[in-house]
Amino acid sequence: MTPKQLQKIGMAGAGLVTALVVIPIVLVILFIIVNGFRAISWEFLTQPPTNGMTEGGILPAILGTIFLTLGTAVAALPLGIGAAIYLAEYAQDNWLTRLIRSAIINLAGIPSIVYGLFGLGAFVLFFNFGTSIVAGSLTLGLMTLPIVISTAEEAILSVPQEFRTVSLSLGATRWQTVRYKVLPNALPGIITGVILGLARAAGETAPILFTVAAFYLPRLPRSIFDQTMALPYHLYVISTQVPGMPLDNQYGTALVLLLTVLFFTVSAAVIRSIMRRRQEW
Amino acid sequence: MSTEDRPFASSDSSISQKGGMGQGIWSERIIEALIRAAGVSVIVVIALIFVFLLREGLPAFGEVGLGNLFSARWYPIEDLYGFRPLIAGSLLVTFGAILIAVPLGLVTAVYLGEIAPNWQREILKPLIEVLAGIPSIVLGFFGGVALAPLIQRIGAPTGLTAFTGSLILAFMSLPTIISIAEDALFAVPREYRDGSLAIGATQWQTIWRVLVPAARSGIIIGIMLGIGRAIGETMAVMLVTGNAANIPELSAGMFFQPVRTMTATIAAEMGEVAQGSLHYNVLFLIGITLFIITFLINSLAGWLVGGGRRRRSSQL
Repeated sequence: MTPKQLQKIGMAGAGLVTALVVIPIVLVILFIIVNGFRAISWEFLTQPPTNGMTEGGILPAILGTIFLTLGTAVAALPLGIGAAIYLAEYAQDNWLTRLIRSAIINLAGIPSIVYGLFGLGAFVLFFNFGTSIVAGSLTLGLMTLPIVISTAEEAILSVPQEFRTVSLSLGATRWQTVRYKVLPNALPGIITGVILGLARAAGETAPILFTVAAFYLPRLPRSIFDQTMALPYHLYVISTQVPGMPLDNQYGTALVLLLTVLFFTVSAAVIRSIMRRRQEW
Repeated sequence: MSTEDRPFASSDSSISQKGGMGQGIWSERIIEALIRAAGVSVIVVIALIFVFLLREGLPAFGEVGLGNLFSARWYPIEDLYGFRPLIAGSLLVTFGAILIAVPLGLVTAVYLGEIAPNWQREILKPLIEVLAGIPSIVLGFFGGVALAPLIQRIGAPTGLTAFTGSLILAFMSLPTIISIAEDALFAVPREYRDGSLAIGATQWQTIWRVLVPAARSGIIIGIMLGIGRAIGETMAVMLVTGNAANIPELSAGMFFQPVRTMTATIAAEMGEVAQGSLHYNVLFLIGITLFIITFLINSLAGWLVGGGRRRRSSQL
C-alpha cells in the first residue's frame, strides 16, 4: 500500500471514529426529547406532584432549581470574579500566584460528591444551616468557582494591553483602569463563563444530595433556610427510589432538566458570538 | 476607541501606580485588598474542604482498624468496612472508560483539528460542547433505561455492569480529552508540520509521526484530567453499574459484572446513616480517599503544564 492510499483509508477511518463519537450525542438528546415530549403538558410544568409523585407535575423541582442557580450565582460571583481580577491584573509571578493556580486546578478536579460531603460537614452541620437552599447554594457556588475564575480571567486577559497602557498614561489609577476600561470590555466574556458555570451547577445532583434536596416537598420553600426539591435530584429519586414510577414522568423530568441546561449553554454560545462581532479590537 | 495598529504591543502591565491623588485613595486600597483576598481565598477554600473532610472522617480511624479498612468485605450492617471492593469497582470502571475514551478522543481530536473541513468543524465542535453540558444524572438515566437493556441483550447476565458504567463514563470524559488534545495539537509549531510535509511525508504520516508525538505532553495531561473526572463521577455511574460491593475476579468477563464505586457508595448510603455514627465517619473517609486521589492526579497534571500558562490573549 502506498502512503497515499494509507492516508486515504486513515482519514476515512478517522472520520468514521468521529462519527462514532458524535452520533451517540445526537441519539441521546433525541431519545430524551422524543420520549420526554409525551409527558410534557401545561399541568406537568405548573403543578406540584401528587399521589406519591406518580401524578401531577414538577413545578416545585423547577422552581427549586431556579432558586439554587440564583443562590449559586450569589455565592460564586463576587469571589470568582474578584479572584479572576486579582490573577489577571494584580498577581505577580511568584509562589503565591502559583499556589493559587494549582488550588484552582485542584478545586476543578474535586469530585462533585466530595463537594457534597464538604457541604454537609461544613454548611449543614458546622454552620448549622441545616439542609437548606443556603447550604446547597454555597456548596454549588464553591464547586462553580474554578469555572468562573478561569473563564473570567481569560476574558479579562483578552482585553488588549494597550487599553491599560493608554488609561494609565492618562493618569487613571490601576483600579480606575480596571473598573472603567478593562471590566466593561471583558464583561461579555465574563458573562459567558458565568452562564456555563451556572449551567453545570443547575444540572448537578451529587452536591445537593445531602445539603439541600427534599425527597418530596409539594410546596414551595418558605425561606432560604428551607429545603427544596430540585430537578436533578428529583430525576434521581423518581428513577431509582420510587418503585412503580410511570416512565413518562421520568422522561419528562429528564427532558425539562436537559432543556434547562441546554438553554444556559446555548445562550452562552449566542452571547459569545454576538460579542465576537461587536468586539472593538 | 480607535482600532488603529498600535506599535507598542507588548507593554508592561505592572507599571506601578502611586494610588490616585486626593480622594478615592482609601476606597481604592480597600477594593484592591478585597480583590487580593478573593484571590487568596481559593487556597483557603481547598484547605477548608480538606479540613472538614478530616474532621468528619478521621474519627473512623480510631474505631475501625486498618485491617478492617483494607479487607475485602464492605458490609456496614456488620461493621465491615473493607475499601477494597469499592476501590476495585472505581478502578475497573475508570480503566474501562479510559480504554474506550482515549483512542476515540485522540482520533476525534486529530480529525477535528487536522482533517475535517471547516463546515464540519462548525457543526461538530458545538455538539461536543453540548455533550459536556449534559447533566450526569440525565446520562445515567439514559444508561439505565436505554443502554443497560441493550447490554443485557448481547449476553450479559444483567445490563447493569462495570462495562455499562465504563461506556457512559467514556462518553462523559470525551469532551475533556478531545478539547485538551486538540489544543495540544494546535500548539505544535507550524514549522514541524511544514518541515515534515516538505521532506515528502504525507499529511497522515505527519499527523501520527510528527504532530501527535510533539503534542504528547498535552495529550497526556488531557488523559489524566479525564481519569480524574471519571474516578470522581457519581450519579451516572451509580445508576448503571448495579452497585454490588464485590471484588470482580480478574477474568475476561470481569467487565460484565455489577460493581460498586467509591462515589456511588457515598451517594447511596449517606442518606441512610445517622450523623456521627461510625458508618457516617467511614463514608467521609472514602471522601478523603477520593480527595487525595484526585488531588494527586490534578497536581501532577498541573505540574506537567508547568509554567506554560503564561499571559496569553485567548480566543474565546
